[in-house]
This record gives sequence, C-alpha cells and structure tokens, in this order.
Amino acid sequence: MPTPAGLYCGLGEFHIDPTRPVDKAVITHGHSDHARPGHGSVLATPETLDLMALRYGGNFAGRVQAARYGESLNIGGATVTFHPAGHVLGSAQVGVEHNGLRIVASGDYKNVADPTCTPFAAVRCDVFITEATFGLPVFRHGNPDDEIAKLLRSVALFPERAHLVGAYALGKAQRVIALIRKAGYAAPIYLHGALESITQYYQSRGIALGELRPVRDADKSQLAGAIILCPPSALNDLWSRRFHDPVTAFASGWMRVRARARQRGIALPLVISDHADWDGLTATITATGAAEVWVTHGQEDALVHFCLTQGLKNGLKARPLALVGYGEEEEIDDAVDSAKASGEAP
Amino acid sequence: MNRFAQLLDRLSYERGRNNKLRLMTEFFRNMPDPERGWTLAALTGALSFRHAKPGVIRALIGQRTDEVLFALSYDYVGDLSETVALMWPAPPALTLREALPSPTLSDVIGTLATLGKSELPAQLARWLDELDETARWALLKLVTGGLRVGVSARLAKTAAAALGAKDTQEIELIWPGLKPPYVELFAWLEGRAEKPLSHDPIPFRPAMLAHAIDESELAGLDPGDFMAEWKWDGIRVQAVAARGTDGASLARLYSRTGEDISSSFPDLIETMRFAGAIDGELLVVRDAQIQSFNVLQQRLNRKTVNGKLLAEFPAHLRAYDLLVEGEEDLRERPFAERRARLEEFVARLDEPRIDLSPLVPFRTWDELTAARADPDLAGPDAEAVEGVMLKRRDAPYLPGRPKGPWWKWKRDPLMVDAVLMYAQRGHGKRSSYYSDYTFGVWTKAENGDVLVPVGKAYFGFTDQELIEIDRFVRRNTIERFGPVREVTHEADTGLVLEVAFEGLQRSTRHKSGLAMRFPRINRLRWDKPPREADRLETLEHMLRRMEAGRNAAVSGAQSV
Repeated sequence: MPTPAGLYCGLGEFHIDPTRPVDKAVITHGHSDHARPGHGSVLATPETLDLMALRYGGNFAGRVQAARYGESLNIGGATVTFHPAGHVLGSAQVGVEHNGLRIVASGDYKNVADPTCTPFAAVRCDVFITEATFGLPVFRHGNPDDEIAKLLRSVALFPERAHLVGAYALGKAQRVIALIRKAGYAAPIYLHGALESITQYYQSRGIALGELRPVRDADKSQLAGAIILCPPSALNDLWSRRFHDPVTAFASGWMRVRARARQRGIALPLVISDHADWDGLTATITATGAAEVWVTHGQEDALVHFCLTQGLKNGLKARPLALVGYGEEEEIDDAVDSAKASGEAP
Repeated sequence: MNRFAQLLDRLSYERGRNNKLRLMTEFFRNMPDPERGWTLAALTGALSFRHAKPGVIRALIGQRTDEVLFALSYDYVGDLSETVALMWPAPPALTLREALPSPTLSDVIGTLATLGKSELPAQLARWLDELDETARWALLKLVTGGLRVGVSARLAKTAAAALGAKDTQEIELIWPGLKPPYVELFAWLEGRAEKPLSHDPIPFRPAMLAHAIDESELAGLDPGDFMAEWKWDGIRVQAVAARGTDGASLARLYSRTGEDISSSFPDLIETMRFAGAIDGELLVVRDAQIQSFNVLQQRLNRKTVNGKLLAEFPAHLRAYDLLVEGEEDLRERPFAERRARLEEFVARLDEPRIDLSPLVPFRTWDELTAARADPDLAGPDAEAVEGVMLKRRDAPYLPGRPKGPWWKWKRDPLMVDAVLMYAQRGHGKRSSYYSDYTFGVWTKAENGDVLVPVGKAYFGFTDQELIEIDRFVRRNTIERFGPVREVTHEADTGLVLEVAFEGLQRSTRHKSGLAMRFPRINRLRWDKPPREADRLETLEHMLRRMEAGRNAAVSGAQSV
C-alpha cells in the first residue's frame, strides 16, 4: 500500500523504492530517485547494488542482500521475486505473493529491445503497479535506430561541429553508445567525466561499447565532428563552451514534444527512452492480465482513464497512487554524478 | 514527404543562420525536381491551401481518438498540429504503411490542387495513415499554412542560390517571373540551362547602401565632390510602377533586400501611378509630420491591414533617388544628374504621399557638422532625422555596399550610465552566457534612492566583455527567476554600464515612464561605483528637451 515513504508491504514490513530512509528497502533499480542511501537493509539485484555502491560509496546501507532475476525469497510470509524490467542494467520488477494473490510493482520499465540490459518480461498478476512517465498517447518512441541515423546524418553534414549528446549517466548513455555502434559507427566516442565510472562498470559486465575516450584528455582538433556524450545538464553549462558552435542533441522520450526540446535549446532531439511509451504501457497492462492497476508516477490521469475505459469491457479497475519523489532521476543523478566527476565544473 | 518533413524538423530546431543554409542547400542538391521546387515554394510561402482549417483537423482526430485523452494530450503539447501528428493512431493494418509508398510532397500538392472541399477530410486521413509522426506534423503545418521553422523567404532563396554559387540578388530579380516548382530556376543554378528571363515589368533592382563615416575620416574628403541629404529614420524601400501591356497601372513596393511588401501598404501602392523606380524612405506621416520609428513599427508589426490601421498610420514615401524613369534606366548616370531628374519627376507627380527628401546645403565640412548637430534645419520633421547622407556627385547607382561613393554619418547617440540589475541567458551560441541585460538608473523613493529599470540591451559589447559580464553575473547573483538572474546592485557594489541609445519616448508600459530606442552597451564602467550612475531625472530632462525641440520646430513651420 502507498505511504509517504513509498510503497509498503505490511506483511513483509518492507518498502519498495522508499523516498526516505527506512528499516527494510527493496530497490528496483539504480536511478537515484528510486535508489536512495541510508536504509537499514537493502534487497536488490547484484547490478543495482553495485551501481548504488559506485554512486554512494560502499556504506550506502546498513546491510545488503542480492537476489537474481527469478530467485524467490520469503520475507515475513510474503514471497518476493525479481523479474527483469528492461529499464537499465539490473532493473527489476518486484513480485510479491501471499495466499495465491500476486502483486507486481514494475518500478520503471520498457518493453523494447535494449542491448545493454536483460529484456522486460511481463508477469501475470492480480494487481499491477505501473509507472506512467510517458502516460499520454502523444508519447510513441518509435524506432531508436532511426534516431541514431538522424544523429549520424548530422555528423556527416556538419563534420566540423562537435555533436554533444545529452544522456542520463545510468543506462541511457550506455544504450546510446551501443546503438551508435550497432549502426556501424566505429570512431572513438568521447565521454564527459560524469559518465565515465558507470560506463566502465557496464563494460566490466561484458557490454561491448567500442573505443571510448574522456573528453578532458582530447585536444580540440579531435573533437571537431566527434560524438561526445554528457549529462543533460552539461549542455547548457560552462562545460559546453569549450566546443565551437556544437550541435546539441538530447536522447530522451521527452524530446517527442517540440516545446520540451526548444525550452532546453536542443538542436537535435533524439527520441530514445528507457521508459515504456503509451503503447508499451497499455500493452503491458493487458499482458499482465491484472484485474486492478495502480499507477505510481508520471501522467497518471490519462493512463487511469485508459484502464477505466477498458474496464467497461472487462471489469479492469484502476487508481492513481499520487506518489511523490519519482521521475526526477535527471536532476538528482546529474547533481550527484557531476559533483563526483573529477576536473569538471559542478 | 518524409525528406521534406525531416528538413522542416531539423530547421525548426537549428538556430544558426549558416547552419540553416547548409541544411537547405544540401537538401536542394540531393533532391530531384519537382520535390525540391515544391519545398522551396513551401519555404518561401508561395503556397496556400484554402480548405484546410483547424476545425477540419479537430474533427478528424475526434473520430479517431478518445476525447478525454485528446484533451489531456493537447493540453500537454500545446499545439494542435503537433498533438494530432503524435496521437494519430496507427491504421488497423500496421503493414499498410510499409506496403504503400508514402506520398511525396509533389503528390500532396498535386492532389490538394484538384481536391474539392468535401473530399479533403477523407484524403487528409488517408495521408495521416500513411505517414510517420514527423511527416504528419509537416503535412498539417503545410496545409494549415505557416510552417514557422525560422526561415524567411530570403533565406530559402539564399540557400538555393548557393547551389550555383549565385548571388541571392540574382534570384530576387527573376523571382517574380518564376512559378513553383521552379524547374528552370534549378536548371540554371546547376549550370544546365540559361538564366530564366524576367518578364516582370516592375522588378526589384538591387539597392545601393552606404558605409558609416565619422568626423575624423571626413578631413580626407573634398566637400566639393559631395552632396548631402538628411537620413530619415524609417525603412528604406524601392517603389516601382509601370503601365502594363493592357494599360493597367502596376505598382510594387520592395524592402531594401527585395522582399515584396506591397500587401502591407495598399494606401501607398494606390498612389503609385507613375512609370519608374524610386529609391526612398517609407515613413508614417500624421498631421503633416513624420512620426517616430516607434510609431512606424506599430504599423510594420501588423499582419492584417485594416481601415483603422491605414487611417491611424498613413504610409508616406520620401524620395532619395530615381533609378528608372519611364523605360530609361538611369543607374549609370551620375548622382547629380539623377537628383535633378528626381526633383522634376516628383514635382510632376504632385502626389501628397510622395515627396522629395531635401538636400542639406553646405560648402565646408564645418558647415555640414553644424547642420548635422542641429537637424532643426530639417523643419518639422527634425525628430525623424537619423543623421546625414553624403553622396558623391559623380557616383552611379551601384548594387550592394561599395566603399567610397556613399557615406552615412549618423547623429551622435545619446548616452547614460546605468546599473546592471538583471541578466538573462542568451540563445544559440550565447545559450550558456548571460547576455541580455536589464539596467536601471537612480530615482528617489520613500526610503532613499532606488534603481528603476529603464531598458534592456543585448549587444554592443565584445566577446571578451561578454565573458567578463557573464563572470560578474554568476558571481554576484542574489536571486534566480528561471533563466533570469538578479545581480547585486547596491550603491557601492554592482556593475555600471555606459548605455548608448537613439531616442527616448514616454511609455506607460515601463515603471520608469519612458522607453529607449535602440539601446546598446557602449562601454563597461568597472571603474565607476553604482552610486555615481545617472538618475532618472537626467533621462526625463533629455526627453523634455527633445519634445520641446519638436514643438518649437512645429510652431516654427506653422508661422512660415
């Protein structure tokens, strides 16, 4: 059930992705709006625990416990199982079962291919707790390969301009690099300092990303026409001034809406998202077979409306949970990662 | 349609002029006819479709989507075409889009030209089914009119000209005789055909422009070689008229870059019943007096011209030069001769809306300096004098900005020391810099002196100075309001800016009660403490002096 600290399971006495320090926390994935430091104990996938340690240091929680996808644990009589969420490396949905009733909390998820993480699996359940970041029918993310093709066309047309691609440090940056490699681009890709450690972690987990170089070691001539990844906030920061007349790109589902791209001064919006789009959300809700849907964060109204109109046909029930504190991964992660990046302005 | 849509999409986000040009030139180079020609037509605003009103599009989306979801989406996106483009549900058979080749821009334009009003909704729906998000957006923008991708007609023509390393002016000259999809234009640009002939009886002729000069440079010139006239503060235009083959009167008004602005000035056009081409200044004249540029601007900014606007802001042409008289091209003749012909020409017209810009008599530079310092000599219109123009007596009328034959010598700007109060981040290349500055001067308030904002400037400084101001702003921010920062502005700490401007006006929109015309940062006064900056009374005094000067000139004129 929803509480001020986040979703709470009374039987197992644990919170899922709590937004304030609690005794027992189950964490779906490593984005800092979901994974916060200071809990008594943390249960998460091994990758999520590694990523939290990378961000917050080794002492981010009193005690940690790892569980792999598909492994079931008994917590106070409730059976807890992680299922792949396809959002970022290590991301999981949390299934909780008791007396034949199964509730699945999705965390953040996407149901499309991503070479950098385990694919999403829809889990049959009675109650499905879904995110709704892109819960409006205007959000259809399309094929990310087309967006990468747009980026590469621009590099070909403007070979003297550096292409700065804003991408969240955890997940998006690595996925964008993998997509660029998939499109056949073999030249070195440059990284802002804030992206280095997490990207190295991905590589250490066997994800091939080709040759990557830190921007700070490169000289100006190498950066002309190069693809450079940075956290989104760096696009409008002092940092971006070292490049002459750069093309600013931003890889995000928000780029679907022109006003959002313009507000940020983006010249090349790339619609690439790690969240399910409208079709993904609605298809997943149907696939879970759930009789009841709870909507956690994002554009709840439209998704709840969708469920209720479906409900006229098949009895589906839905309600918004109005949880606060999620969906701010960009701002929080940017601040954390930028502050840690050596030699870069915060 | 897809390639056209991709171009529009990219142009809508790209801010740099040169980058926009490259995007368009690249497109014109790689696209075949007639697709690129229709694209040029769309970008130059040469196309319009009568039946595709927003209501048609609203009705279409209403049939396809849930009304609540549409309302929520429209509310979020804020633009009808974009909301519909994004929300449009995939057609029942997903494979349809792959199976059918999606329509080209030429297909769309060709179909629209022959389609009846009642057939339009069904056809639009078919296209929306066949296109992707970006192409749907481009289609809806195209049919509802107004692409709004930050490209002027002139810029699109410049991009086409670059295809054949031609000057844009050459395209402007033949443009009125061309029709979309401009196949013969592209053939000429690519060197495959002769230049299309202009059969236009009232074409634009490239304007001659002047370089700026100052007092010190004058000494090197012989005053006997030059004639002087007032430089009026309006917009430079070319008024061209002729009698057509059918005997009807033809007239067109061009901006100095060759854009046809006739539709904005029907009142002036209908008085142009001569045969020739006049180079002059477009002004608003009310009660026999030229109005300030601010007043003219109120007319310029209007999209639709109605009777009220025409009555309140009557357009007027003040003639500088005569390029063509009847069939005779005078541009090769010396200025002194053209001037004499112009004086006779205007006198013969006897048209109140078209008058002659008077010469400023002088024998020495000192006399001209004195005249420039006291434009009251220009009579009731002294306030609209921006400076003086110097033209060599023997100079032909040359296109572009040749150095030597014409000089503009503007009046000294007005100057005030103001204190930086707020700074806002700029756009484009300046997007990471605080480059738009709001500044204020001191005025008395209940608890002593306070700063009151008097204007905003975003140029006049060097790149180096921009970096220095930016640093100052970041280090002295006291509050943030979105992209705006308020900076320290105390009596002893703050940054004083020397602001130059061209004029002052009373304004009810500003707290200070006045507005500056054309303000810019002249110098940074790091040396000056803010307490020594100017006071509002100084500006009010300047304003009163200007108004007094104007009234004196008016009463002087009436007594003559």
